[in-house]
Amino acid sequence: MDWDKFKVHGEPLIYGAMASIVLATIGIIVGLTYFKKWGYLWREWLTTVDHKRIGIMYILAALLMLFRGGVDAIMMKLQTAAPDMKFLDAQHYNEVFTTHGLIMILFMAMPFIIGLMNVIVPLQIGARDVAFPRLNAVSFWLFFFGAMLLNISFVIGGSPDAGWSAYFPLASLEFSPTVGNNYYSLALQISGIGTLITGVNFIVTILKMRAPGMKLMKMPMFTWSVLITNVIIVFAFPVLTVALALMMFDRLFGSQFFTMANGGMDMLWANLFWVWGHPEVYIVVLPAFGIYSEIIATFSKKNLYGYTSMVFSMLIISLLSFLVWAHHFYTMGQGAMVNSFFSITTMAIAVPTGVKIFNWLFTLRKGRISFTTPMLYSLAFIPIFTIGGVTGVMLAMASADYQYHNTMFLVAHFHYVLIPGAVFAVIAGFHYWFPKVFGFRLNERLGKHAFWWIVISFNVSFFPLFLLGLMGMTRRQYTYSAETGFGPLSMVSFVGAIGLVVGFVILVYNIYWSTRYEPRDTDGDPWDARTLEWATKSPIPAYNFAVVPNVKTRDAYWSAKQDKVPLFEDKITKIHMPSNTGKPFILGVIFFIAGFSLVFSLWIPAILSGVGILIVMAAMSFDRDHGFYIPAEEVIATEKKLRGETV
Amino acid sequence: MKIDASKPLEYSTEENSNKIFGFWVFLGAEIALFATLFTVYFVMVDRFASGPSGPDIFEIGPVMIETLLLLTSSFTIGLAVHAMRHGYQKAMMVFFGLTLLMGLGFLGIEIMEFVTYVHEGATLQTSGFLSSLFVLLGTHGAHVTFGFLWGAAILIQLKRQGITPATANKSFIFSLYWHFLDVVWIFIFSFVYLKGLM
Repeated sequence: MDWDKFKVHGEPLIYGAMASIVLATIGIIVGLTYFKKWGYLWREWLTTVDHKRIGIMYILAALLMLFRGGVDAIMMKLQTAAPDMKFLDAQHYNEVFTTHGLIMILFMAMPFIIGLMNVIVPLQIGARDVAFPRLNAVSFWLFFFGAMLLNISFVIGGSPDAGWSAYFPLASLEFSPTVGNNYYSLALQISGIGTLITGVNFIVTILKMRAPGMKLMKMPMFTWSVLITNVIIVFAFPVLTVALALMMFDRLFGSQFFTMANGGMDMLWANLFWVWGHPEVYIVVLPAFGIYSEIIATFSKKNLYGYTSMVFSMLIISLLSFLVWAHHFYTMGQGAMVNSFFSITTMAIAVPTGVKIFNWLFTLRKGRISFTTPMLYSLAFIPIFTIGGVTGVMLAMASADYQYHNTMFLVAHFHYVLIPGAVFAVIAGFHYWFPKVFGFRLNERLGKHAFWWIVISFNVSFFPLFLLGLMGMTRRQYTYSAETGFGPLSMVSFVGAIGLVVGFVILVYNIYWSTRYEPRDTDGDPWDARTLEWATKSPIPAYNFAVVPNVKTRDAYWSAKQDKVPLFEDKITKIHMPSNTGKPFILGVIFFIAGFSLVFSLWIPAILSGVGILIVMAAMSFDRDHGFYIPAEEVIATEKKLRGETV
Repeated sequence: MKIDASKPLEYSTEENSNKIFGFWVFLGAEIALFATLFTVYFVMVDRFASGPSGPDIFEIGPVMIETLLLLTSSFTIGLAVHAMRHGYQKAMMVFFGLTLLMGLGFLGIEIMEFVTYVHEGATLQTSGFLSSLFVLLGTHGAHVTFGFLWGAAILIQLKRQGITPATANKSFIFSLYWHFLDVVWIFIFSFVYLKGLM
């Protein structure tokens, strides 16, 4: 065997990363052994099928990836902070911006949102669980091991280096001869399958498991956004599955899909990638819209303005999201007619998005606004996202795009859309729902400190990129000379990036501080909120609701509190629960081994793990464990403990 | 688990009907998957470079047998579900087994065809057209292979447990899957083979 291809040579940074990975792994193993937590970890977390715990694991993984992607960002910003910097070489810079994009979109934003959706959606619809709890665990472990597969690429064999869009022929074996893009195709494939399963699971959950009386048009807005998002997932992810499979065939088996000779067609990749890639943008942004709708309504003490138009605008956005993919490559020679079509559909998206912005503003109007941390993020989102949207319309004009394309202007635009449109939202949602999950709030003072650091530094860091783009600085260039004049603004951008780091460190410190010192909530409704998830106690009992609520109005919990509409009318009975299972975790591990073997063309372990996957699936099919019942007395006892009273 | 006797066994619990609905959603994703593969094929169909084109390698004989086998197997899985609804376990298992055997026959012919293609110098690596042909047919074939293994697992469970809400549910979902593969094959038969031979 050729051991050399496993090694990454010559970079002190990479040796540092290797050492830190090894040390962290040893630290975790020693720590778990010392505190005798292996059994706890296995029983309570690795084998769990509880949607709340799976959600928490998603969020933890996403936070870890946020810091991994953040380190990439800092390295890039440092490298371009001044002319002729020698911090990274060209190859290393390519790997860093590629993994930064991949990780932030696929392994940070999306899992963070899927995590929140896992924790909250079943509660919001008054359900005991998701439709398929075990498949939910499979989803998580496939995502997790996909993410790990991509992460080890940095130290074993080399990371992908052809950009997160991996355009051919650049990503072909000929021009990217390292295993980096093999990692790309397999890591994304594995976690993508997990995402697809999530999509199916949540569509069924939301359509079939709502509490009695919750008509579609009475669903909370976050649940609506999640439903629409999952429909997009189900139709967009198969395209990615195919694209990645073809990429794998090209790179590993010498097929001719995207080659430059023998009938291959490199533009086919660009089309397939963006047919998935553009809807992907809305997969992360639509749930964010849902989160903001909940938060703005709650902290304005008002009904969400224009509920119906909110739903329809999301439906229209989801439809249009599939019709705009070619705006990512206006300049690749597809002709005026095609460009015009995609230009018009792209600009059309601004209309339903504008509707939403006005709905939020009208919700705020005459509201009794309280400026909590989640609300601050939501308020900051509106103007910043509008800047992102307006520059988006500028980019949508095909003719003008010939000027901006592949410049920093584009980079500034999508950071102005995705950071308020996804990152602020998940942070806001995190602060908002944190007390629901853990039973205490995050500290408001620290939260606001982090907020101001993040929001101001974000603008300091990314606004200069608009100007740099207009000055002609192309994206993905790893260095420049002093004569270009890019130096000062790039330095400002770097300073902003440091500020962002400070903000995120304060955010994490807040979690630690609040865990130790924040007072515990007593009634499970610290924000005086509107939707059903706040109707159960915090921390949430395993069965979510002792009695399934009967929904009669929109914002059911609010009307239960305000107008005394009864919510829990039935008696407590025994509750059916699914049993924990280790098979999803094992399946994830085998997928990881299969992926790793394929990356390095180790056919025998790849075939063996393929067989292993089939065996685990068969074992899951033959499993006759139908779960268990929590007896009514136990439920009553738990409720008494949580409420200090009888129900 | 509450069993609702007014519904067919495969729908009789909430879990069961959720699973069937979930499978329909999954089939939506499968349609997107095959639609993408067909699109790739149509983009690639004339890009055979210096390699053989469709009319050079396609033969109608084996394809007709494949079609016959798969269409008949779709019929027998329907009969199996029909027998299941009447509670005839033995008949159900016979029809189920026949379905799987015909699936196996289909696979055998497909593999022989692939071997012939490769002998004629038409490999995955030859041209864009052949890459897309092999991947489209191969994905369908892989689905049939998976279906065979899956069906075999269900058949064993039927043998051991009889017709229960759980096994009825699995068998019904399997029948949906099998019909879907048949539909995909009809598209392959029409738009790959017949169109290629014209």
